[in-house]
Amino acid sequence: MIEVKDVYFKYPSGVEALKGVTLTISNGDFVAVMGQNGAGKTTLVKHFNGLLKPTKGDILVDGVNTRDTSIAKLARTVGFVFQNPDHQLFCETAEEEVAFALRNFGFEKDVISKRVTWALNLLGLTQYRQTSPFMLSGGERKRVALASVLAWDPKIVILDEPTIGQDHQQKEKLRQFIIQLREQKKTVVIVTHDVEFVAECNPRVILMSEGKIVADGNADRILTDPNLVTKASIVPPQIAQIFMKLSDFGLPMNVIDVYEARKILLDFIEGRP
Amino acid sequence: MSVFDGLKFRRVSSPIHQLDPRAKFFYVCILFVIAVMFSQLLPLIILFLIQIPFVFVAGVQREWLRSLKGASFLATIIFVFNFVFNYIYRVPYIGYPPPADLIEYSLAMTLRFIVLVESFSMFFLTTSPDLLGLALEQSHVPYEFCFAFTTAVRFVPVLAEEAQTIMDAQKSRGLELEKGNFLKRIRNYIPILIPLIVSAIRRSLELAEAMESRAWGASERRTNLYVLKLRKEDIALIAMAVGMLTLAVYVWLYVKIPYLTTLILL
Amino acid sequence: MALIEAKNLTYTYPGATKQSISDVSITIEKGEFVILTGPSGCGKTTLCRCFNGLIPHFYSGKLEGTLTIADLKVADCKIHELAKHVGFVFQNPENQLFALSVEKDVAFGLENFGMPRDEIRKRVDWALQTTGIENLRERTPNELSGGQQQRVAIASVLAMQPEVIVLDEPTSFLDPLGALKIFEVINELNKKLGITVVLVEHRLDLASKYANHVIVMDEGKVILDGEPRKVFNSEEARLIGVGIPKATRLYQILRDDGTRLSKVPVNSEEAAQLLREILLHDRS
Repeated sequence: MIEVKDVYFKYPSGVEALKGVTLTISNGDFVAVMGQNGAGKTTLVKHFNGLLKPTKGDILVDGVNTRDTSIAKLARTVGFVFQNPDHQLFCETAEEEVAFALRNFGFEKDVISKRVTWALNLLGLTQYRQTSPFMLSGGERKRVALASVLAWDPKIVILDEPTIGQDHQQKEKLRQFIIQLREQKKTVVIVTHDVEFVAECNPRVILMSEGKIVADGNADRILTDPNLVTKASIVPPQIAQIFMKLSDFGLPMNVIDVYEARKILLDFIEGRP
Repeated sequence: MSVFDGLKFRRVSSPIHQLDPRAKFFYVCILFVIAVMFSQLLPLIILFLIQIPFVFVAGVQREWLRSLKGASFLATIIFVFNFVFNYIYRVPYIGYPPPADLIEYSLAMTLRFIVLVESFSMFFLTTSPDLLGLALEQSHVPYEFCFAFTTAVRFVPVLAEEAQTIMDAQKSRGLELEKGNFLKRIRNYIPILIPLIVSAIRRSLELAEAMESRAWGASERRTNLYVLKLRKEDIALIAMAVGMLTLAVYVWLYVKIPYLTTLILL
Repeated sequence: MALIEAKNLTYTYPGATKQSISDVSITIEKGEFVILTGPSGCGKTTLCRCFNGLIPHFYSGKLEGTLTIADLKVADCKIHELAKHVGFVFQNPENQLFALSVEKDVAFGLENFGMPRDEIRKRVDWALQTTGIENLRERTPNELSGGQQQRVAIASVLAMQPEVIVLDEPTSFLDPLGALKIFEVINELNKKLGITVVLVEHRLDLASKYANHVIVMDEGKVILDGEPRKVFNSEEARLIGVGIPKATRLYQILRDDGTRLSKVPVNSEEAAQLLREILLHDRS
């Protein structure tokens, strides 16, 4: 569980990135932190594994204050997958890459070997075990980075902008993968500005703007609220846009899913309430 | 990183910033020559004091003082080394020299070092890398080098930020940079250096593509949006530098410079 | 005479086992706004690199087939000659800005041409104004947001006054609002100045309303080539896994249930309008 208690954060340059943020993420939650570039999303999640410490306020991960512990210790519970896999990859083989964190955390040799096999298999990379990560394609490198974080089985997984540069099929695979993680009872936090992706996942959304949380609730409620959307300067999902333009027909407003939209429209046409 | 702060250019407008880099460089070189000419404390103090008004006019006091602080460590070493070395070296020949003179000589050597560092620091603090690149170009340095210089300066903050991100990413995988003995600590930096280098190589490739796409090498005679022209102020600075040099040569040839301690005792 | 004409274009990167593009034949007329899309690795970037001569001059390897742009045979022209006709905006805004001020960056290409100073000055001013970044003239690239950086990149390409501008996923690193702003700028260049645009994009929901020509590639081949509505609505697009606009998807699943809108929508305005017709009609 992550508790954020009235957190303020100022960068050394003087920029105040977080201005009083309070929220709780319970075990097993699926949360999307959304907002414009510069709203404070990545700054906030970097506090969850101790990379940043609040200038005011506290962050508790499973009851432990992030100020009282090290990044390495927090990382055991909170796995952070960075946006650009090339910022992590440095080993000669994918196997080494996945084992890196496990070695840092002091796992036994045979445990490491088992976990590497498991993680590579989970992400469909078994055939690349002895391949250099630099020889792999962009999408494959992303999967190696993901495998290297999942290998130590963190309870909480944070994905920073996982959809950037991904095509439709890759995003669909990612969506399925998140469902898998949730089935393993992990807490999943994604930082993203991709409204269409969030519309397809329908998670809890924490909407941020200028260092503050402006909304916290279900995706279909938040992404369809015209006031919130303007306030946070985000573009609502296309389906929501369509229904906003048809608001005078009295149709329900919180629709973001294409299949739900069809059902509502057909019901309306056939005269059902 | 305080030493580097002393070399960073800040966007401030002052008469010193507007001066042609070539004139400023000429001035700094003259300072260099004069500083090397004299081993006596008095002229070096004068040389040091001459810079102070420039610092205030340019408004770069804070950075200048920071670079002084950065240089102080080396300066102390130079002082100690000179003092000890001369004491040991000269004793057999001259007998025990008056300690005041020895201190003064060591101070002079230290001050010479400081004057050299400070004058170059001033130069970099008040010259935008842009103008510097332009000055290099107009001084007939091949364009490839000028471009490499300005592009390098442009990417320094980008690389610094990337290094920070890489460190964050590896720390998030349990890397503890401060742990272990000396050897282990050096090895800890491999997961940081390799992604940084690989990223730099990828970046160079992308840059090269972009350069080609914008007609790099299209014409033998490359033109420029801006051109540096020496103005009255620049000529004045050059003249001043020449004047200082002439005066310095005269003093060096004909005037016997007293020890400061002797002056004080008088 | 079409502006861009490719016939049986085939290319393999040096050292690669597979062809990156094979047998690509397309025609792009002057003034078109083309969206080039397809799954990752389908060859879109490779094809774009052919347009401005990076292939075969920068990336050696064998280029087969013919490619003509503005009556020039790409294989015979140097990259800097083609730069007069084809501008290229890359995906990462950071790595295409070299200078320490926006102004100098926009002037870069013109300086390379060896143009006289007052001509450069005029074009730089014009490019900055057209892309709406006059106020950023003196800034360093580091002070700019991703969206602003991309506009600088567009301005520096625009200053060279090319007939075609190719943009390879220019909004990847931008948020949706930033992406929309970029598409607006590109659309202005296309509609007001008549510059032909080739835009490589995955985010079809945001970009599709501007295009009048869509090309879909998969595994190095051109699978679909035509009018946006036809392409997005086609079965092949769905099979390839192209992320068609949600509005079009809604049209498809409504049609499957027997409710047919009078046209295929590609954006939310069109979809809302068409649905309005149906909803009003059925009520009356």
